[in-house]
Amino acid sequence: MEHLSGGEIVIRALKDAGVKHVWGYPGGAALHIYDALYRQEDVEHLLVRHEQAAVHAADGFSRSTGEVGTALVTSGPGATNAITGIATAYMDSIPLVVISGQVPKAKIGQDAFQETDMVGVSRPIVKHSFLVTRAEDIAETIAKAYYIASTGRPGPVVVDIPKDVTEPSYKVPYEWPSSVKMRSYQPTNKGHRGQVKRAVKSLLSAKQPVIYSGGGVILDDASEQLVKLAQRLNYPVTNTLMGLGAYPATDRQFIGMLGMHGTFEANTAMHEADVIFAVGARFDDRVTNDLNKFCPNATIIHIDVDPTSISKNINAHIPVVGTCTSVLNEMLSIADELATEPDTKAIDAWWAKIDQWRADKGIYTASRYEPSSGDVIKPQDVIKVLYKETKGDAFITSDVGQHQMFAAQYYLFDKPRRWINSGGLGTMGFGLPAAMGVQLAHPEAQVACVTGEGSIQMCIQELSTCSQYNLPVKIISLNNSALGMVRQWQDMNYSSRYSQSLYEDSLPDFVALAEAYGHVGIKVTRYEDLEEKMRECFALKDRVVFMDIVVDKSEHVYPMQIPGGSMGDLYLNKAEKN
Amino acid sequence: MKRIISILLENESGALSRVVGLFAQRGYNIDTLTVAPTDDDTLSRLTLTTQGDDQMAEQIVKQLHKLIDTIKVVDLTVGSHIERELMLVKLKASDPEIRAELKSCVEIFRGHVVDVTASTYTVQLTGDSDKLDAFIDAVREIGIMEVVRSGVSGISRGDKFLRV
Repeated sequence: MEHLSGGEIVIRALKDAGVKHVWGYPGGAALHIYDALYRQEDVEHLLVRHEQAAVHAADGFSRSTGEVGTALVTSGPGATNAITGIATAYMDSIPLVVISGQVPKAKIGQDAFQETDMVGVSRPIVKHSFLVTRAEDIAETIAKAYYIASTGRPGPVVVDIPKDVTEPSYKVPYEWPSSVKMRSYQPTNKGHRGQVKRAVKSLLSAKQPVIYSGGGVILDDASEQLVKLAQRLNYPVTNTLMGLGAYPATDRQFIGMLGMHGTFEANTAMHEADVIFAVGARFDDRVTNDLNKFCPNATIIHIDVDPTSISKNINAHIPVVGTCTSVLNEMLSIADELATEPDTKAIDAWWAKIDQWRADKGIYTASRYEPSSGDVIKPQDVIKVLYKETKGDAFITSDVGQHQMFAAQYYLFDKPRRWINSGGLGTMGFGLPAAMGVQLAHPEAQVACVTGEGSIQMCIQELSTCSQYNLPVKIISLNNSALGMVRQWQDMNYSSRYSQSLYEDSLPDFVALAEAYGHVGIKVTRYEDLEEKMRECFALKDRVVFMDIVVDKSEHVYPMQIPGGSMGDLYLNKAEKN
Repeated sequence: MKRIISILLENESGALSRVVGLFAQRGYNIDTLTVAPTDDDTLSRLTLTTQGDDQMAEQIVKQLHKLIDTIKVVDLTVGSHIERELMLVKLKASDPEIRAELKSCVEIFRGHVVDVTASTYTVQLTGDSDKLDAFIDAVREIGIMEVVRSGVSGISRGDKFLRV
């Protein structure tokens, strides 16, 4: 049997786990591992400029491929810098393995240089964590980490390895475990057949149904099954922010995103529904609005792989624990066996209502916002032009704020894993590093990061990483010279007192900044130039392009749920309430 | 209502902190907590008591089950069960009359005096939490110097058992 040092085992185990790319940043406690990395060619390491970006990049890689993302950081500040990235992945159930160096075992607890209790610090934001205390345990621990991260409800796993455990002179036999078995961890995959049958019957008897699908469908690659079931039933489908792309947005049955900034038609349909079929969604507060007023007439069917998501916020009448794919497949086969068809008459009447809502107050009707003209560029129009120029087929990452909501509303995602955003944690700074991860995974694809001049500055240093590894992402920055969503809330709730949401004259020249990093910068200030400049941007296939687009700073994101109301209680624009 | 939740946990470093952390993180309270290895030293048995309605108890059980180190979880309060707690109480006992009164009180509660000095009695008592509360109420006037309670341990009645 081969004998390897702990550091060599880390890298070999990554290779055996199928890892080809690791995002990271070296430092004292991780140097044995980095030296092992240097002496092989199977695992490629990408050096970021800040550990937060390493985790976001691994995260973007994972979201766009379905594979587990991997990051490697050192102890102390390396580890704590990774925390925001780990929390981001945790909230959105993204499978990651984050390996952190730790001070030598003998120094743990002594306030050693660059010591942080990583297992302790990360505990509430990981699916699981390990502190490896023996070189002999590294391979098995790493195998477990990948298994835990990718099964059940996915999530990030931290593996903290003290420096002495990776000591080069201490060699131990290396064996990659052929399978992982844990008596304490056996996620349920298959739904209870009786429950699944009840779910199908309830769904078939619905008169005003809504299919409400979330990120779980994308994570489990169950989009095909969802589409099949929805189209067989001819029921309306709404997606959560995390679920966009699971059902094709350009299909007639798609009624838009739901929730705080969801469409009028989706939110109203939810409110009036008699059966809500929630699949891979978790009734987040950004969806439900006031829980006491939530969908008063609805029977709730809820499929989720995580039992804790069921009946956490909203009581499920028919809960089914299982993976989206297996439960949806079973539902399809049960529907075949039952040979019952939906109540076509009722469903047609339901569609007539929904189509009316869509025509009157739908998000894509012309009257939703004032059109752009001259030097007033509406942020919504930037997304529409982006959609057009990329033929709706780009990978879009986003940061957090108004631009994120506009992108979610106006870029019509027809495929899963194309919309990559920090939905749960709402992490500004996510977009650019996530785009790097996506571009690495899909070198030929168009990858755009929709951002704002606020968010982009939180991880802008990664422009340098893009140069080093030729990651030609396109940055579509909606520059409204303000923290737009903060400003919007200040307009709505604080009589326009813009407390710390403005930069005055301090913003950099983004074009010059992009050029300083060796990239292309394009500034757009007039609406009539927008299409041409956007085309120019995407024509530069091999370059990073930073589009600094000056947009109307007074624009708000609508619709917006009225706090304390039901799902259907919305502001439709600055003047109109529903 | 009071809930007694029993957990079978991998006896690994960090496992207990995950359980305790979960309660802090999710806004649940822990009233009592006991933990020790079982006959199989790779396993810990943990009993904790908390307050909550049925929905909250269900969430707590599910959340605990979700922890990777957790093997089994049961809410003992749902079924018939035995609850025990151990208490040591140090009492002021210099006056002979009081010493006599304390002795009879300890007998009534089926406790034991496990240590004696000229001025103190140390009493050991086991039972459910209500019984221990009642004893404290009974001797409060006499003068309690120190109370140590183990927290609740529990086991279900009948054929049901918690094992790997």
